[in-house]
Order: sequence, then structure tokens, then C-alpha cells
Amino acid sequence: MGDDLEALRSDTLEALAQAQDHAAWDAIRVGVLGKSGRLTRLLKELGKMSPEERKERGQALNRLRDALNSAVEARGQEIADAVLEARLKSEQVDVTLPAPALSLGLLHPIGRTVEEMTAIFGAMGFSVAEGPDIESQWHNFSALNTPDHHPARTEHDTFYLPSAQEDSPARVLRTQTSGVQIRTMLTEAPPIRVIAPGRTYRADHDATHSPMFHQCEGLVIDKGITLGHLKGCLIEFLRVFFDKPDLPVRFRASYFPFTEPSMEVDIGWSRQTGEIGGGTDWLEVLGSGMVHPRVLANCGLDPAIWQGFAFGMGIERLTMLKNGIPDLRSFYESDLRWLRHYGFSALSSVSLAEGV
Amino acid sequence: MKFTLSWLREHLDFTVSLDAILAKLNAIGLEVESVENPADSLKGFRVAKILEAHRHPDADRLQVCVVAAGGGYEKVQVVCGAPNARAGLHVIFAPPGTYIPGSDITIKAGKIRGQESGGMLCSLRELGLGAESDGIAELPETVVLGQAYADYARLDDPVIDISITPNRGDALSVRGIARDLAAAGLGHLKPWLVETVEGHFPSPITWDIQYDSACPFIAGRLVRGVRNGPSPDWLRQRLESIGLKPISTLVDITNFLTFDLGRPLHVFDAGKIGGTTLSLTRAARETFRALDGRDLVLGTDDLVIVDSAGVQSLAGLIGGEATGVSDETVDVFIEAALFDPVRIALTGRRLGVHTDARQRFERGIDPALVLSGLEAATRLVLDLCGGEASDVTSAGAIPAWQRDAWLRFDRLSTLGGADIGEEEATRILEHLGFEVREREAGRSLFAVPSWRNDVATGVMLDQAPHLDPDQAQTAAASVHAIEAENDLIEEVLRIHGLDSVPPLPLPLRTAIAAPAVTPAQKRLGDLRRLCALRGLTETVGFSFVSHEDALLFGGAPEGLRLLNPIASDLNQMRPTPLINLVRAWQRNAARGLNDAALFELGPCFLADGQKLVLAGLRGGETPRRPGARAQAMTLWEAKADLMAALDALKLPAEALSVTADAPGHYHPGRSGVVRQGPKTVLGCFGELHPRVTRAMGIDSTLVVFEIFLHAVPLPKVKRRQPPALSAFQPISRDFAFIVAPGVEAQSVLKAARGAERNLISDVSLFDVYEGGSLEAGHRSLGIEVTLQPVKASLTDDEIEAVSEKIIAAVAKATGAQLRR
Repeated sequence: MGDDLEALRSDTLEALAQAQDHAAWDAIRVGVLGKSGRLTRLLKELGKMSPEERKERGQALNRLRDALNSAVEARGQEIADAVLEARLKSEQVDVTLPAPALSLGLLHPIGRTVEEMTAIFGAMGFSVAEGPDIESQWHNFSALNTPDHHPARTEHDTFYLPSAQEDSPARVLRTQTSGVQIRTMLTEAPPIRVIAPGRTYRADHDATHSPMFHQCEGLVIDKGITLGHLKGCLIEFLRVFFDKPDLPVRFRASYFPFTEPSMEVDIGWSRQTGEIGGGTDWLEVLGSGMVHPRVLANCGLDPAIWQGFAFGMGIERLTMLKNGIPDLRSFYESDLRWLRHYGFSALSSVSLAEGV
Repeated sequence: MKFTLSWLREHLDFTVSLDAILAKLNAIGLEVESVENPADSLKGFRVAKILEAHRHPDADRLQVCVVAAGGGYEKVQVVCGAPNARAGLHVIFAPPGTYIPGSDITIKAGKIRGQESGGMLCSLRELGLGAESDGIAELPETVVLGQAYADYARLDDPVIDISITPNRGDALSVRGIARDLAAAGLGHLKPWLVETVEGHFPSPITWDIQYDSACPFIAGRLVRGVRNGPSPDWLRQRLESIGLKPISTLVDITNFLTFDLGRPLHVFDAGKIGGTTLSLTRAARETFRALDGRDLVLGTDDLVIVDSAGVQSLAGLIGGEATGVSDETVDVFIEAALFDPVRIALTGRRLGVHTDARQRFERGIDPALVLSGLEAATRLVLDLCGGEASDVTSAGAIPAWQRDAWLRFDRLSTLGGADIGEEEATRILEHLGFEVREREAGRSLFAVPSWRNDVATGVMLDQAPHLDPDQAQTAAASVHAIEAENDLIEEVLRIHGLDSVPPLPLPLRTAIAAPAVTPAQKRLGDLRRLCALRGLTETVGFSFVSHEDALLFGGAPEGLRLLNPIASDLNQMRPTPLINLVRAWQRNAARGLNDAALFELGPCFLADGQKLVLAGLRGGETPRRPGARAQAMTLWEAKADLMAALDALKLPAEALSVTADAPGHYHPGRSGVVRQGPKTVLGCFGELHPRVTRAMGIDSTLVVFEIFLHAVPLPKVKRRQPPALSAFQPISRDFAFIVAPGVEAQSVLKAARGAERNLISDVSLFDVYEGGSLEAGHRSLGIEVTLQPVKASLTDDEIEAVSEKIIAAVAKATGAQLRR
């Protein structure tokens, strides 16, 4: 290799070593390897040489070109790495800073319980029926075999509203969801299988009573439905709802004007620990019975043909038991601290496949 | 209904345990509310005798006694402060370790003023048994030293309280309860026989029924020459054991029979009755002073018993003060009657009279027990108060109570689901007092006992008014027989035990059940989830609010004002759930949580009916964080919530229009109404009117929205076209239009969108500019139009042509000029 080539080589390598940024590096690259770069110029001069000279000089130039190419590339990569390194360093942040929060709201436990009830009874073939909160006395009482003087009416501390028309009786805020039974029987031909969750009202306000609360009514009308089906249906519901396949369930004879025989339903629990299914105590959770023939006849169904059962349960009560909520009144106070504690995520679905 | 185990034993022979009785009561429909044994709180107290008593050497008011209390306490020194402590007195002794319920302390051995004291001598008050506290209790000399006091005083007797359902008037008596338990196999019902007392003279007082629909039959008799006063111990104890206060022997006898037999009675002091006739009649509008000292204002439907001086008794409910018996009573007139249960219930309810008599009369009492009950009362009066009885006098007639009911035994399984044989069913019914009248293959006719006025009664129907007459009649015709039979089935199942009915799965009509909710119901769940995901927390508010709050939100009609509210802030059906949300926000803010974002999906109540509303509220500010300052909520947050919810209801913004005419509770300039077409109002959004928030005591800005779900149509079910997935790149062009005052952005967007429907896939507003070189009130609206070619890429000429179309369309619709 001639001295000029060696000089080019060492000049270039030295310059590359000195270059600290992309611009300096690029100037070297162009100055040596560019169209009019020093090496390119030397290569162009080859044509003027004799074939022998050209061969020897050409080989030397090619070797130099390859060497400088690699050196330029390598230095270029080094510089790019250093630049990126410096950028990354400058971009460093305090990663412990909080991210912008997308706060989620929560769903009220009452709605959750209604969805769970709907899922479970839905799997047993029930559909959801609805009725108005302001009812006629006929729908809320009379049709349900509870005439005006009936002692059961006095037990219901009813809220009254002015009558809709002159000389018709005062309207009531429904004291029970049972009026939906009547509405369903009057609008649907049997067989019937409905639940009716909804708001109910009684003029009572203390630690264990709220003037408004929620009930879920159930009605099954068909041919050949017996008290055995009532028991099977409600035991199934309670065991799935509380997720306790062995939950003890007890049926006690009772009385409701609109069913006969009537039964209250208890589940096993521990008074001491509140554990559902544990202990030796019993807790009343439901009222139920075979639909009274007068109720069927009031709705135009022939009790010699149709029979079935009805039930009603307190939604808050079941929600409190399932979720360990101690105070009834807190359901309606809309205290964010309470709602954040007992509320349900909108993302947690209610499905039997996942378990309610 | 309270009773004690020993009282039950008067009517029932049994050997089973208390627990077995309680379990059976629960099973057969006599629900046990509580069980209490007074002896449980008297553990440790013993009967003792003071052997010696000396004055305490260092205290004038104390005595040092030596007490003998048997079994390990032969000679115990006790320091006692009671003035009546003296040698020879029989007393109640509490050894160390005894809990004293009346003082809530536990006795310890110790020294009192230097003298050893190994226990305590007690008053009845200290035992929690009454008010006597004038020294220690003095017991008779006949006691056995060392006996537990509870045993001595016969207090080891559990008190059982059961709740009686409205149909079981017969179980409001110890005898009725005993009968049920006997039928359920827990013992044998003892026979009850009453000795007829012969009358020695005609009753000087007679009955006159003038209101026979309210009183079919009444009987009475006079006993002359009685001595009234405190009852004997056994009677006092019976009444006290169930929490009744003994008054005098005559009154106590009536109370005893009320609970023992379920036979309410009344006693008049015959000396205070004016004239010789007691009439059953309608009350005039008069005031009557009852035995409890209350003045009751009577109505003309109320049944009263009057003498020549006026009303002396509110029949079946409560007697009058003027003719009540006292220790001076010499002649007593005893009343036993049948009253109309409905009449008693209505009067009792209206006047707020809650008596043991009412409880029984309104459930109906045993018509066959009127005369025998009167005999039993007479016997007790003669035994306890002496005197001489008159003949029985009566008016009216005992109504026929005899009824029959058929039972087809297979119905025990086809309705009751139970496997109970004919023999067992018959046995149960016979134990309950039913008698077989006829037997046929597979069925029997049973006679109903007099005390079961809930079985096979007359049927009262209240059929829906618009039923098809034939259908109504067919249904009504079946009821009586079915109901009477069901009554019997209920009795058999109740006594046999509902536990024996095997549970059966409810047969499904399809292997997999159909959806339980309708599309309209399903979308409510979707909305609730959407709101929660957008940061709103669900609440449940009362359907009633205060009248004043309702007025602020534009709806407080008198027709929706409660006639009997429980509180003045809960007296009006709410016109919107917003009221509850605002109040909830306020309560939370008062606790330092002023950034509540809440929603409720619930009913509102308007003059034209109940509607379902989704309402949401945001208040306070966005949270501060590095690089972002806290910002007050604006109407845009509320609009975003509303539009997101409508979008979820399949109503995209393009299909809707917004007008600036929200109801009065909204800020007039910062609120809007979202409509579908010109008429249908779907919802509102905006800031609450400052006047409304101020009236409610809030000085922050609250932004809210409401969706009126009844107005939101369900999406039509139709097969959707596959999407047009163009292969060509969309391009976008920006335009700035200058619009005159009053021109709304949505008109510009709508006009642009409509300029070339096949090509324009989206139009959005990205900038609003006012001021600068623009004329006052004019705005420059920057919109971005996206063009989506379908068949081929657009040429510059085509793009230019569309742009011109857009400019022309917007200009035509709104008068807007392109800003060049």
C-alpha cells in the first residue's frame, strides 16, 4: 500500500474517532466515500493507469475501501447508540408518579341481588314481570283475598295516596309485590311462571324497617303443580343463591291470605357468627304457599283446573345475609363509603356458568 | 300469645321436653317468638332463715345476721342494711357468686365496716321481680331452708310467646294450643267440662239487641253479694307469668278465661248500671271514657252497650270506666257475647284500641263456647268471690256454625305433594275436632268443629271487573268446594309435618330455559353497567321526597302527595330521581366527599303516570394531578354521559337533535334537551339551575342528566347488512365556516354530512373560535370531513367537487361562509 493510501486510512480512522455526532460522522463519510470523496477520487484515477499498476493499485484501493466502509459503519452505529443513550437518559421520569385515574363506579347491591335472582329463577323457566308502585287497593289487597277488614291489612301499615277519581277508594303504595301476580294472571294465559322484583312500601321506619324496601314475588300456575314443586324450587334457589349445596332449609306452616297451605321458609345459620348454613339456628327468609283458589277465581282462572304456588322474599334481607351487611337503612343513604365497600363491579357478570 | 309450660299442662298431658314442644309449635304454624324461663335469672338464690341479728358495732343502720340456708350454708354471717331484718325471719339468701339481676352486680364475700359478710339477703326488687324495696322479702315460715327460691316461688316455668296468624283465633287460647299439640302427637288433650251453675233468681238486668248485624247473640247473668278484692295466688301468678297485671278477682277471672279458653268476657258493676236493660246499639257521635282512661270518639257504625245513662261499653273492645268493677262491687253482671268480627276489626282499627278481647273477637271466637264460657266464669266468681247467681239471660240466637267439607284423599298428593294415607289424614282431622260425617271411596265428608271459623267458610270473591262473565262464573263456581278441601289439606299437612313432603324439581318446558328478561328489561342492565364503567356509582333512593324539593323540580301534584306520610321530608312522590341524587351528593359533601358521581335507574311519578328514568349527577372537580389542574364539572360531562347512554341504546348522536329548552330545574343557558325527531324527548342534560341548588343549600355547580326510558324506542330487529369495507384509503379535509349568531353547530354538521352521502363517512367539529377579526357574535367553526371512496381513489378534481358541494350545502342551510 502506498503512503497516500496509508495516510488516507489513518486520517479517516482518526477523524472517525474524533467524530461525536451524526453530522461530523456524515461529513467524514461523504468526504471519504462520497461521490467526490478522497477514496472515490483515487478509484476514479485508476483508469489512467497501466494495467499492471491498475491491478496492484486497484486491489489495494478495494481493500482500503472495504476497511473504511466497515470503520465508518461501525463508528456510525457507535454514535447512533450514544445519541440514543443520551436521549433515553434525558427522557427518564419518576415512574412512581400516579397515572391519570379512570375511576370506575360501582353497582348497588340491591340491583346485584335482583340480577342473581333473575339468573337462578330464569334457569328454572321464570321470566321477569313488572307492575306499578302505586296500586289500587283491589290489586294490592282485595284481589289477594285481603278484604278491607282483614287483620292482615292492619299489619301492613299502608301508605295512601288520593284516589284517581272521585268516589273511588284511595290508592296505595304497594305493600307487597303480590299485586303483580294479579296483573300477570289477568294478562297472561297459564301456564305462568314469573318473578316480580320491585319496590314496596310500608309506613314504618326504625332500625329494622324502612318505609321503602324491595321484594321479589314469584308465581307458578300450571296443571299438576304441587307443594313438592314449591319446596323443590325454593330449596334449589336458596342453595344456589347462597352457594351452599347442603344449606338446611325448613318449611313451617304459616298463613297468608293469598295462599293455602302457606309456609314460611327458614334457612340454617349460626346466630353467633352469622354464618349461613352453619350453626343450629334458623332464620326466616321467605313466605310461600299454594295459590289460594279465591285469588285464582278473582282473576278468572278456574281453581278446579289450575293450581300453583307463589312466594315472596325481601331482597334487602337476602342481600344482607349473603353479603354480611348489618344495617338495612344504609341501603338508601347513598353514602359513598358504604357504596364503595358493598358495591359490585360492573365487570363482574351474573351468570350461572360463573356462579352467582 | 304468651303462656307458660305449667298452664299448658292444665290442658295437655305430656312427657316430652320443652325443646320438642317448641319445635312442634314452629312446625305446625304456631311460630315461637321467644322462650324465657324466669328461673334462669334466679340461679343461686336460696330460701333461708335469720337465726340471729345484732346491731353492727360500727354502723347504726347495719345489722350483723347469722343465716341458715341449708346445704353448706348452715351458719353464715351476713351484714344487712334492711330495717326489717330480724331473728326468726324467713328470707331470700344470695351466696357469694350469685348474680343479682335487679342491681346488676355479682355478690362477693367480704367485710363491711370490719365485719365478715358471706352473702346477701335480698328484696324482690333485687331479684328483678317487682317494685317492693322496703327492706328484704319476708317469706312464710313454712318454707324449706336451702330450697332454690325459683322452685319455692314456682318460677321455674318457661314462658313461651308464639305469634298467632290472623286465621287462627282458636289458637289464642291455651286450650287451643294444647289441642293442636295433641293432634300433632305430643300428648293427650285433657277433657274440659264445665259445671252448670243453677240460677236462683231471674237476672234483674236483661239484653236488648238493636244492632243485630253486629251482635247476633249475647248472654249474661248477675251474681249478687260478691266480695271483690285481690285474687288468690294461683290466679295472680297465672296472669303475672304472662305479663298481665292482676287487678281484682272479678277482672282477673275474665282475663284468665280470655287466655285459658279464648273466651273474652266483660264484667259490669251492676250497681252502677242505670235501669234494667243493656242495649246493643249503634253509637251516636259521642265520647266514651274507656276503662284505660282514654276518651274515644265513637261513630254511628260502632257497636256499643248502653244503659239508661249512656254508653257503658265499646262492645268486644273495651269496657267503660263508669260501670267498671271495684273492691266495692257487690253485684256483678257478667257478659258473654258473639260480635261480628268485621265490625270489631274496623272499630278497633279506627280508634286504635288494641285489647286482648279485640284480638280474639276480630278473628272470630267459638260460637259454641258462649254459654259454657259464661258458666265457667260464674263458677269462678262463686268460688273466689262468693255470692249467688241469677238465671242466664240472653238475646238473639247463636248463628248456625255447622259446616261440612269433603276431602278427596288423593288431593293430599296432587296438591299437597305428600304421601299421607286416608287413615292418617282422618286421624289428624279427628284429633283437631273434625268428625267424619260420610265416607265414600277415596273421599270423606268432615264436619268442622265450632272453634275453627277459618275452615270451609262462606266464600267472598272480589273478581276483576272486566272478566268474561262465563269465565268468571265458571271460576267462581269451583271455589267453595276447592277451598274447603284445601282447608282440610292444610290442616293435615300442617299437623303431619311439611318436612315429609318430598321436594320435586320444577319441570322445565324446554331443556334450556328461555331468556328471563325482555329486551326492554335487558337494556336496563346494560345501562347500569355503562354508567358504572363511566365512573358513576349506583344509588337507590326513596320514591318519596319532600314536597318542597319536588316543587323545585317542577312536579308536586296533590294527587301524588301521600295522605299519611311517615315524615314531612318523605311526603311527595318524586318527579325525578335527580332529587335523591342531589341530596345524596349533599350528604356526601358534608362528609368531605364532594366529588361524588352518582346515578339511579328508578321510577319517577308524574301526573300522567309512573315512568322509568335513568338519572346521573356529577359534582365537585376533576382530581388534581401533576400537569393537570382540578377542573369544575361542566355540562359537557353530563352531555357525554347522556350521549354514551343513548348510544348504548342504539341511538347514535347523528340520529338525534339537541334543543336548548330544558325544564326549569336546569340552567337556562347551559342545558339541552335531546330529541328524536321534533316531538320525542329522550333526555335532558346540563347544569342544575343555580336557584335550585341554592334553595337546597348547595353552592357548587352540579351537572346532571336524565333519560326518559319510556320514550326510548327499542331497536328494530332486522337482519343487518355486512359492513362496506372499502379497499381505498379515506381522506379528510378541514373547513372553517363563519356562522352568524344563533346558528347552531349541529346545523352546520348536519348540512355537511348531507352534502354527499355516498362519499362522506364522518363529519366532526374540532374547533370553535370567536373574537379577533370576526364580527361580534359570529363564530368560526372548524369541521373535519372524512371522505371514504368506494370504487376508486379520489382524484383532485373529485375532491374539489365534493368540497364545493359541502360549502354550498352548509351555506344554503345556515348562511355560513367559508373562512378563507
